[in-house]
Amino acid sequence: MNDFVAPPIDWAAVSPVLIVLAAGVLGVLLEAFVPEKARRTTQLTLTLAALAGSLVAVGLLWDRVQENALSVVGGSYLLTPFGLGVQAVIGVCALLGVLVVAERTTTGQDAFAPAAAAVPGTAYEDETRRAGLQQTEIYPLLLFSTGGMLLFPATDDLIVMFVALEVLSLPLYVLCATARRRRLLSQEAAFKYFVLGAFASALFVFGIALVYGFAGTVRLQGVVQVLADPSVSPLGSMPALVVVGLLLVLSGLLFKIGAAPLHAWTPDVYQGAPTPITGFMAACTKAAAMGALVRVLFTLANGLDPATRHDVEVALWAVAILTMLIGTVVGAVQTDVKRLLAYSAIAHAGFLLVGVVGMDEAGSRAVLFYLLAYGLASVGAFAVVTLVRERTVSGDDTGDGATGTVPDDGVVLGEATRLAQWAGLGRKAPWLTAAFSLFLLSMAGIPLTAGFVAKFGVFSAAVEAGAWPLALLGVLASAVSVFFYVRVIVLMVLTPPPGGEQGTAPAGVASSGTTARDQQGGGTATVTGAATRTLVSRTVVTVVGSRGPAAFAIAVCAVGVLLLGILPAGALDLVGQAAQFRP
Amino acid sequence: MTMSTGFPWLTVLIVWPLVAAAATALTGVGRGRPAAGPVTGGRFGAGAARTVALVGALVEVLLLVGAFAAFDTGDAGTHQLTETYSWIPPIGASYAVGVDGVGLLLVALSVGLVPLVILAAWREQGGDHVRLRRYLATVLLLEAFMVTVFVARDVFLFYVVFEAMLIPAYFLIGGFGQGPQRRYAAVKFLLFSLAGGLVMLVGVIALYLQVPAADRGPQTFLTDNLTGLTLDPTAEKLMFCAFFLAFAIKAPMFPVHSWLPDVTQHATPGTSTLLICVLDKVGTFGMLTLCLPLFPEASRWAAPFVIVLAVISILYGAVLAIGQSDVLRLIGYTSVSHFGFIILGIFTFTSLGTAGSSLMMLNHGISTGALFLVAGFAIARHPRQSQLIGDYGGLRTVAPILGGTFLVAGLSAAALPGLATFVSEIMVFLGSYARWPAAVIVAVPAVVLAAVYVLLTYQRMFTGETTPELASARDLDGREKTVAGVLVGALLVLGLVPGPVLDYVRAPGEVAVEQVGETDPPPVLEPAASGVITEGSQL
Repeated sequence: MNDFVAPPIDWAAVSPVLIVLAAGVLGVLLEAFVPEKARRTTQLTLTLAALAGSLVAVGLLWDRVQENALSVVGGSYLLTPFGLGVQAVIGVCALLGVLVVAERTTTGQDAFAPAAAAVPGTAYEDETRRAGLQQTEIYPLLLFSTGGMLLFPATDDLIVMFVALEVLSLPLYVLCATARRRRLLSQEAAFKYFVLGAFASALFVFGIALVYGFAGTVRLQGVVQVLADPSVSPLGSMPALVVVGLLLVLSGLLFKIGAAPLHAWTPDVYQGAPTPITGFMAACTKAAAMGALVRVLFTLANGLDPATRHDVEVALWAVAILTMLIGTVVGAVQTDVKRLLAYSAIAHAGFLLVGVVGMDEAGSRAVLFYLLAYGLASVGAFAVVTLVRERTVSGDDTGDGATGTVPDDGVVLGEATRLAQWAGLGRKAPWLTAAFSLFLLSMAGIPLTAGFVAKFGVFSAAVEAGAWPLALLGVLASAVSVFFYVRVIVLMVLTPPPGGEQGTAPAGVASSGTTARDQQGGGTATVTGAATRTLVSRTVVTVVGSRGPAAFAIAVCAVGVLLLGILPAGALDLVGQAAQFRP
Repeated sequence: MTMSTGFPWLTVLIVWPLVAAAATALTGVGRGRPAAGPVTGGRFGAGAARTVALVGALVEVLLLVGAFAAFDTGDAGTHQLTETYSWIPPIGASYAVGVDGVGLLLVALSVGLVPLVILAAWREQGGDHVRLRRYLATVLLLEAFMVTVFVARDVFLFYVVFEAMLIPAYFLIGGFGQGPQRRYAAVKFLLFSLAGGLVMLVGVIALYLQVPAADRGPQTFLTDNLTGLTLDPTAEKLMFCAFFLAFAIKAPMFPVHSWLPDVTQHATPGTSTLLICVLDKVGTFGMLTLCLPLFPEASRWAAPFVIVLAVISILYGAVLAIGQSDVLRLIGYTSVSHFGFIILGIFTFTSLGTAGSSLMMLNHGISTGALFLVAGFAIARHPRQSQLIGDYGGLRTVAPILGGTFLVAGLSAAALPGLATFVSEIMVFLGSYARWPAAVIVAVPAVVLAAVYVLLTYQRMFTGETTPELASARDLDGREKTVAGVLVGALLVLGLVPGPVLDYVRAPGEVAVEQVGETDPPPVLEPAASGVITEGSQL
């Protein structure tokens, strides 16, 4: 054992992941050594630099990977063109997502609790708030999570994939719990996500165990070899093991992309998590998990015999149909904008699955473009949500924000996420409304936006693979989903803002009951209703100005969505290169 | 196979309304800040935006004249003024435009109606100039889409515009219509259209995949490249159904017409004009230029069913129109009837019937547009803006010109000889009779029904004793006279001298029949009526 030889490692191939993870470690150290005043700036600079560096590394590797997939340490890290493509999507979305995270708006506060460990409603919490503390650990956490995501679709080894899954998930659980307002909701979301996520991880590991039992290896290539020649492995004659194992592994991944029936966490977590984190999570986690799913599914499907492959296809069909139905039908009755976007995320998971049922190159191409289109729209949409806030007005003030007659003297509270509050937003903030409408139209798949080209891709892939009934169901689900996206647009653009206070006062009081309490009492949801109602003054909806980063991110997302919709040729070419699936 | 002029007329026709829309939307911004709620307008922003919109629309008309000049009428059956640029090579989509005679007439209809709609909307939206500005900008935006859809020579491009134009149309109905039910009408319109459109999307994808993989190139979606494929019969029928459903909803044809009356009732007359007279023509235009050439076998297979549905539409629309109490709803139902005629003509596969249908698309646009806009003028005179026929009476006494134009427009809708629709309707009847005599015999009573709904409405609204509410109503002013005069003039010219226009539709009609693989049956009625048309065409 003393003749240990270090394996040759192609560091360049690993660099996209390595840069991000190393920056994460560095970020933890900075947290300890950099003085508090400079900490946020340092962390933010480091994070953006790391993500940009990772993207540059992806760009430099692009041509190399086209020639040959890069395998490091026997496939523990395997960079295929597709894996690199997914990394590029994750990199772009993470970069934009971090900009939204960094936004402090004109109120000077970011979306995170000053001290996430403080128990909600305690004097200690009040003190941290008064002291103006800030939780800069979110940046290293984001970096770790992104590092895990980058690794997720770029490995041939199921154990490494599991490690990547945990590396990306654990920081996310923590991040979900760090909302500045509605802290109990946020912590509940994190707990839910953690418990259900752990459950999904268990399924994933159990699946790996079965696959290992069958093939005697956790390398996907190895499993394919055993499928081709069962005599290699002692249990090679029991293909049922690998089918069940594959389905369990897929379940773990389907959980992450929010596919039914493993979608139940999505609305609660999306709602409870700090909104910038929700945007980041929606775009990047979905990309990473979808990348891993395509990697596992396509590799193994090539090795399965037709009957077994058919079983897997049936399962995929069922999941895709169920996911689309739940996402669109339940989404149609949502009254909270974050929950609505969460159900939209579920529906999109369904559309993505429609693209992969063919398990061919057209599918991976379509999925990759879809992930980019959806990622941009979703980071942008959640960024808009962070800027639409509630503001208190004193009781005898008769004006409302819409007429602009009241000076901005109220306290800006949390986000105004009830859909009814978004009525007439078009008059207060036309550009923001235009951007949000654009993101919704893209999600709806209206032509001339990125979403249409994306949907065209997945449905083409499905029809080409002979799954035209699935595509037909997909387009009908799309039609239903258009209904609820357009409903929001109508609300913002066409519905007059709540002008007379009489009509809206009761609702306003009910909602401000929670938010104002969050502000003053420190986020306890246990204060008795009667007591708060007397404390509370009315709130109106206001749009806070961005200090730059979020506005920039929204603008980039909007331009991206339009560009990918009107002139998608360049992006499609790149995606086409990346989609050449080389196991 | 197509001649090309140096100047990109069609692209200019598409881009100009976009420029005009942007200019309209930006005029006066910063004066009456939209943030400050319903502003009744800074003096500058008020009149200026609508003037900008009108000038923009009129310049577009001039550009159209240029396009007509560049178009070779002698060769109306081929697509001219073509431009083809690579757009999305990886999926085989191109930006390809070009028009044959029919396409050019429909472009002319869109471009011609827009300035009239803008003029008619001059005082709409309750004097809220910010709203009016947005309305006009949206109208111009829609115009760009309408022109594009009629000139698209690429199935993907056609589909993209076909769907994308729903959004401005939706806002025109839901945002600027009348009454609390307008959002319901807008949603109904959107859901019907989207359901059809998305089913068509599956058809578009399936059609693309019919091209052998080796032949798929960066321009696969060009209509010409997709024509004449050897298709599997079942697949062809399914794809035909996918396309036809979308077009039938758009057209609208019985039994998927039910969104239409709600829309006409709740949209402004101007919006209805654009929607019914132009946008819905995309449905029949699509049947003619996509369904027939792309799926000839399936078209022949489906023709009997389509003709039955068309005849039902003709009668059903006419009967229901008689029973309406809301004048705008009534006009909506008359359109269901007229679209039945158009579809009947297309699916008889005779060059006379197809040419008649093509012409009828134009004529119906003008006569129904006139009805909507003139009815809008009448409604604007009612103190409660009532749309109920029963609330009117004797309007002719106080506003004779208004009554006169309504009557002419209505009689044209009822196909009175000498007015535009007569020519096209008789062509459809003659063309159809040669192949489907029974259908024509069943459908002909609709002409009588048409006379009933037009004359009854005229009688109830315009004759008799003037109701007190309308006693002080004034007759048309100069602006309204211009709108009505142009439309009535067009109806008379097209009715009395149809020859020049026939030159635009006859050759495309022959091409369509040829593409579907049929030959003209021997003419049944040689002497009188068809003789008139032949002579007229040589004028």
